Amino acid sequence: MLPFSLALRFLRAGRGQTILITVGIAIAIAAQIFIGLLITSLQKTLVDRTIGNQPQITISPAGDAATILNWQKIITTIQETGLVQTAATSASGNAFLFKGTQTAPVLVRGFDAAADNIYGFNSSVYEGSWDSSQNGVLMGKDLQEELGFGVGDEVTVQTPGGQTGTVAITGFFDLGISQLNKSWLITSLGKAQSIFGYNGDITGIEMTTEDPFQADTIAAQLRAKLDNSTISITNWKEQNEQLLSGLQGQSLSSLMIQIFIVVSVVIAIAAILAITVFQKSRQLGILKAMGIKDRSASMIFIYEGLIIGVIGSIAGSALGLLLLYGFSIGTSQSGNQALIDIYIDYQFIAISWVIAVLAAVIAALIPARRSLRLNPIEVIREG
Amino acid sequence: MNNVIELSHIDKVYSNGVDLQVLFDINLNFEAGSFNSIIGQSGSGKTTLLNIIGTLDRPTRGEVVIDGSRTDTMSKDKVAELRNQVIGFVFQFHFLLPEFTAMENVLMPYRIQQPRLSRDVLKKADELFELVGISEIKNNLATRMSGGQQQRTAIIRALINNPKVILADEPSGNLDSENTEALYRIFRDINKEIGTTFIIVTHDRRIAEQTDRIVEIRDGRIVMDLKKWRNA
Repeated sequence: MLPFSLALRFLRAGRGQTILITVGIAIAIAAQIFIGLLITSLQKTLVDRTIGNQPQITISPAGDAATILNWQKIITTIQETGLVQTAATSASGNAFLFKGTQTAPVLVRGFDAAADNIYGFNSSVYEGSWDSSQNGVLMGKDLQEELGFGVGDEVTVQTPGGQTGTVAITGFFDLGISQLNKSWLITSLGKAQSIFGYNGDITGIEMTTEDPFQADTIAAQLRAKLDNSTISITNWKEQNEQLLSGLQGQSLSSLMIQIFIVVSVVIAIAAILAITVFQKSRQLGILKAMGIKDRSASMIFIYEGLIIGVIGSIAGSALGLLLLYGFSIGTSQSGNQALIDIYIDYQFIAISWVIAVLAAVIAALIPARRSLRLNPIEVIREG
Repeated sequence: MNNVIELSHIDKVYSNGVDLQVLFDINLNFEAGSFNSIIGQSGSGKTTLLNIIGTLDRPTRGEVVIDGSRTDTMSKDKVAELRNQVIGFVFQFHFLLPEFTAMENVLMPYRIQQPRLSRDVLKKADELFELVGISEIKNNLATRMSGGQQQRTAIIRALINNPKVILADEPSGNLDSENTEALYRIFRDINKEIGTTFIIVTHDRRIAEQTDRIVEIRDGRIVMDLKKWRNA
């Protein structure tokens, strides 16, 4: 491939210029990858921390009703649609917890085994254990610290209706959200139903979906399918509208930044390669006099664009990732908790590469076209 | 003998606001294997004529036939191919590519048509370096040679594809008398040994007198065409 080896040799001969333009592309790609991945990681972290261990779609009784009627039929219908990943039933109610002279308001939450898929109880219990069939309760970390309980302690629970019962503490959990850690008492579905006298009924159906961002459409589909006015269906997106519009704005501004970077890269490469055509017009004229075809002559510049595009984008993505990890380490808080969990989107990196290489090639088209017009006589006449 | 170059009724007009005609109805043939010169004052049109013969320029009117093919109506790519295979150029300036070594420069016309170098062409290049007496600098960059060495490298480059014709435009214009003499000796040797046709454009009558045929151009017209009688 003569045009390729000519391109390589011309680039090597003009080393200073080549390094400059390649570094330029590398920095642009680094900035693009850094910003792109940072925003993606930031958004993923935000969404994960907002909805990570929570249901994405929730069914609760509508109006003043305490429980969901005919819930078995609703569960069957939901499962038949195949739209949700997990559907867990829960029975919950407010109560007061007594220990000696101390009291604390709590939310007693009874779950079936499927709820572990949503909340990850097994992994958040740090002392004792969770068993969805047991009669004991799990207490949150903050409440434990406040009241000073241990595994095996018995506590008294009083419902607003006046029923009292005694339950044993079988473990402690930390769900990462202090509001839950402070107020939740987790127990089995059956136990909660008996404490509140629900008589086998439930107060909520909690679900997760494959893609959390589809929660609103799936919720709407379920609403249509169930067509039940005694229940209300909510999803995390409508509860977090402000967060989501914030994320959208962020994505848009990140996209804008990236577009400007690409455009400036194209202009810079085109400008520098245009100068190269001028600088190499003597060589081009000689090659044309020796019978190189116009197409091959212009391919020299396309290859120059391609070579610097490829090298620049590889170096740039390495630099971008380095920046990203540097940022992650630099901003991590004490206790090694990263401010942002780095999420490497390989597809995004691949797209950035393709864009960089395409940009370099497109930029090279301009000087390549100019090279077509070069007449060897002009060069020979000038000497 | 058959003609390797046939020009008939060549006019060349440069239109740059005002029309400027530099060649008028030129009819000229060159025999294969001949050793010719074109002389004339600067501005006489001799270089334009050479560029038309070399397909670097096209005539405004008239026919150009090189090695049996009409070039004035050929496509750009075909012309480039013909130029690569049939014609070798030696200019006043060596026009070597400064990024490449002497050897790489010499092989460039071959690489334009063939992606891979053959053993034969490498052997041939070595022999030519030997012939023109600059074997020791064949791996030097084009910028790291004397003027004489550069011009000899340019000659080897012109010869590498076994062209039928070598077109030389003031080839000794930048050389001292010693190198000038050596250059024409090399031209003669090649003409004799390989049978390559030479057309040398010069303003120097003494150089022209060493050739077998002198064509003189004045104001775009042929005013003299003199063939020497040579004993075979």
